[in-house]
Amino acid sequence: MATEEMEQLVRREYTQGFVTDIESDTVPPGLDESVIAFISQKKGEPQWMLDWRLEAYHQWLKMKTPSWAHLDYPPIDYQAISYYSAPKKPEDRPQSLDEVDPKLLETYEKLGIPLHERAALAGVAVDAVFDSVSVTTTFKEKLAEAGVIFCSISEAIRDYPELVKQYLGSVVPQGDNYFAALNSAVFTDGSFVYVPEGVTCPMELSTYFRINAANTGQFERTLIVCDKRAQVSYLEGCTAPQRDENQLHAAVVELVALEDAYIKYSTVQNWYPGDEDGKGGIYNFVTKRADCRGDRSKVSWTQVETGSAITWKYPSCMLRGKDSVGEFYSVAVTNGRQQADTGTKMIHIGENTKSTIVSKGIAAGRSDQAYRGLVKIGPRAKRARNFTQCDSLLIGDRCGAHTFPYQEIGNSTATVEHEATTSKIGEDQLFYCRQRGISEEDAVNMIVNGFCKDVFQELPMEFAVEAEALLNVTLEGAVG
Amino acid sequence: MSDKTQPSAEQRFLEKLKAREAVRGAEPTWIAARRQAAAARFEAIGFPGRRVEQWKYTDVRRIRDGEFALADDADFSPAQAAALTLPIEAIRLSFVDGVFAPELSDTGALPAGASVEPLTRALADNHEAVGAVLGRLTGVEFSPFAALNTAFAEEGAVIRLAPGTVVETPILLQFLSRAGERPVMSHPRVLIQAGARSQATVLEHYVGDPTAANFTNVVAEAILERGALLTHYTLQESPLDDLLVRSLQVEQGRDSRFTSFTVNLGGALVRNDLVADLNAQGAEANYYGLFFAQGRQHVDNHTLVNHNAPLTFSNENYKGVLDDRARGVFNGKVVVKRDSQQIEAHQSNANLLLSDRAEIDTKPELEIYADDVKCSHGATTGQLDEDAVFALRARGIDAQTARGLLTLAFAGEVMEKVELDAVAERVELTVAGKLPERFNLGGLVEAALLDEQAFEEASGHDRND
Repeated sequence: MATEEMEQLVRREYTQGFVTDIESDTVPPGLDESVIAFISQKKGEPQWMLDWRLEAYHQWLKMKTPSWAHLDYPPIDYQAISYYSAPKKPEDRPQSLDEVDPKLLETYEKLGIPLHERAALAGVAVDAVFDSVSVTTTFKEKLAEAGVIFCSISEAIRDYPELVKQYLGSVVPQGDNYFAALNSAVFTDGSFVYVPEGVTCPMELSTYFRINAANTGQFERTLIVCDKRAQVSYLEGCTAPQRDENQLHAAVVELVALEDAYIKYSTVQNWYPGDEDGKGGIYNFVTKRADCRGDRSKVSWTQVETGSAITWKYPSCMLRGKDSVGEFYSVAVTNGRQQADTGTKMIHIGENTKSTIVSKGIAAGRSDQAYRGLVKIGPRAKRARNFTQCDSLLIGDRCGAHTFPYQEIGNSTATVEHEATTSKIGEDQLFYCRQRGISEEDAVNMIVNGFCKDVFQELPMEFAVEAEALLNVTLEGAVG
Repeated sequence: MSDKTQPSAEQRFLEKLKAREAVRGAEPTWIAARRQAAAARFEAIGFPGRRVEQWKYTDVRRIRDGEFALADDADFSPAQAAALTLPIEAIRLSFVDGVFAPELSDTGALPAGASVEPLTRALADNHEAVGAVLGRLTGVEFSPFAALNTAFAEEGAVIRLAPGTVVETPILLQFLSRAGERPVMSHPRVLIQAGARSQATVLEHYVGDPTAANFTNVVAEAILERGALLTHYTLQESPLDDLLVRSLQVEQGRDSRFTSFTVNLGGALVRNDLVADLNAQGAEANYYGLFFAQGRQHVDNHTLVNHNAPLTFSNENYKGVLDDRARGVFNGKVVVKRDSQQIEAHQSNANLLLSDRAEIDTKPELEIYADDVKCSHGATTGQLDEDAVFALRARGIDAQTARGLLTLAFAGEVMEKVELDAVAERVELTVAGKLPERFNLGGLVEAALLDEQAFEEASGHDRND
């Protein structure tokens, strides 16, 4: 490919970078007890919630930023971040899409997410999170019919305090890690899902995240509880506008699967990765964990990570119930100066537990990527089974791909397999495509998509299409 | 803990060093200076805790809290030494608790251009020549144990091969551990300088009195120049209460080849560090390892291959068998530096757990900064294939024996690469000998020996016929 063309592609601006000007109700930067009290008050939370937050805050004060990840970034000034921002008049929630701020709808248009159309055609209920407060929740009635609770976590705290009290922090305790503690103290919104016993959620639940007001870190808290024999598929997708200052995002996602429950959690993440010097991208420090509490429960994590300047994310499964199953399918693509340290943890506690890990990493440009995973088989996890495959594809000679798989096995009846390969796109494969008149760019996309096939086929249909497109966009200009 | 009157573990160790200095004769200034710097470094970093990533799975408290003296003689019963010594023809240096034992050594069969001598003698001859390379690869920064070794080291082995020298006979470094009134520690230092196109086989053999409970802390360095071929064996059959920490760091020049076999059968707490720096194209490193642990044995293997130049190759295969409450640790790391293109690196670790209380912690790591590479790693942990057990049982072999045979076969994949028959046989017999309680292999081993005897008798003591 001509160098000029390459340059052009490499310099291509982030197409989904724009700033919507909506007046924010923002607290001044900084974090102390009064800010937490402000957030709690703003959300109309009961006293127990405030106490819970403060407890987390006090734990956080005593903790140190983790330094073990294969990441390099300047220290974050937590006092320079504003911890609350909400679109104006959060009380006046629109009841339908018509009432939604047209500017907001425009934003979704630019993102290529025609909310109403999508919601209607695809039958997806969208709990669109714009900055920190849910502004619209559709298909609520239909869900209510089935008995499924799908609302923002703030609403849940108000309306279903017993459920929240029972499950919040039961998978990721307040002091679990530095970022989880911070999140527990200041989380402003997120989703809450409760699927009652025996119910299969009638539609896929979806939340589109947007980080908007400049300087505002977003602290989402998602809690999904699937009762006995219940099933749900949850989609999380993210894009963010371009900006200069680093934005911190420290989300916590907790999944609870009781007996025979099945939770499928899919993520497509395309946050702003920073400019070509790696400036200005999102810092994404996420704690995601599922607790397969019940026998025969199953949790499946699927993620496509293409954005963020820094990704620190390890969706995990605690396989407690007998015969419970954990799955992790991941595609991570890094370009430019992106850094990703991501992977999973599969903790086998119960008998006959099974886990599958398929991780595909594609590193291009000057990016750095690491798979970090833990498979732990406890002494009581008889006949536990794990299969792990992590493959890396390197595009260009200035990127890095690393694998750090930890295996701790304490049971003789366990079977654990790990395989990993690292290579570049085969010259012969490329030649084969080129020889048939396929452009180099297309050929690379094709090969990369094939490389990721195992993961993409786990994604729900709409997401799979989006993910493929996203992958192509991310890798544009990376090949030569 | 913070009782001021109580010296820290590090200080306790360093007090021994001071006491030793009082009896030791004058040394060249560079050695004294190096000891001092190493001692300071050791005191500053101290024994590694579990929070240090490199020591996450290995608890060194047994060493830290131990009280070890320094041995000052090399008396060892000749009969016992003979029984312990590997039955191979070899150029041999023996050390008893770290002290050189001339009567158990034999360097007669050396070809011209090769020298194998104890460190003290090499230093006495020309201390500057040794000092120029000693510690070049393994500095005090490498690990607290390397610092401790540098502070204490007095004895060891220096192997030097002039360019083009081929040593056919294996060079055996025998480290004997002796049971005494109180445990002792030793800090041997090994230096191998293989000149261009030289060839040699070096074998480190750790063995001793079954009731010994000593601490051995070895630092070995090997420099392979252009085209040098070095095969290195570590046969570790230390007494079951012995504590052993050893490191071997290798620097490889163009087209050199280093092959390592690390077999761990003994010891209560064993930690091996193996590092190869592939610094020029064509360099190749092969790591093979086998560990078998029972009781409460703890065996930790940390390996690292640094691909610092393009067109370098590495291959690694470690196998572990863990029984009872034993714990195995494997950490294999491959690093491919930026611009080190056209690399091939393969790594595999397979483990067999024979008991529910045994544990294996394995971490095969890849750190890659170049794109034109073929790197792979795999790690598996499991139990014996029940189908294979069934196949043997269908042929009239009882379940216990079948399991024993399959376990041996599992280890066999590594052992079949071993070129020194004496080592392979010794390992096979030891493993088989360790299995009988569980697998009833005792009879099998005897039968095999009888068979062999019968075969030899039938073929007139000549198997080459």
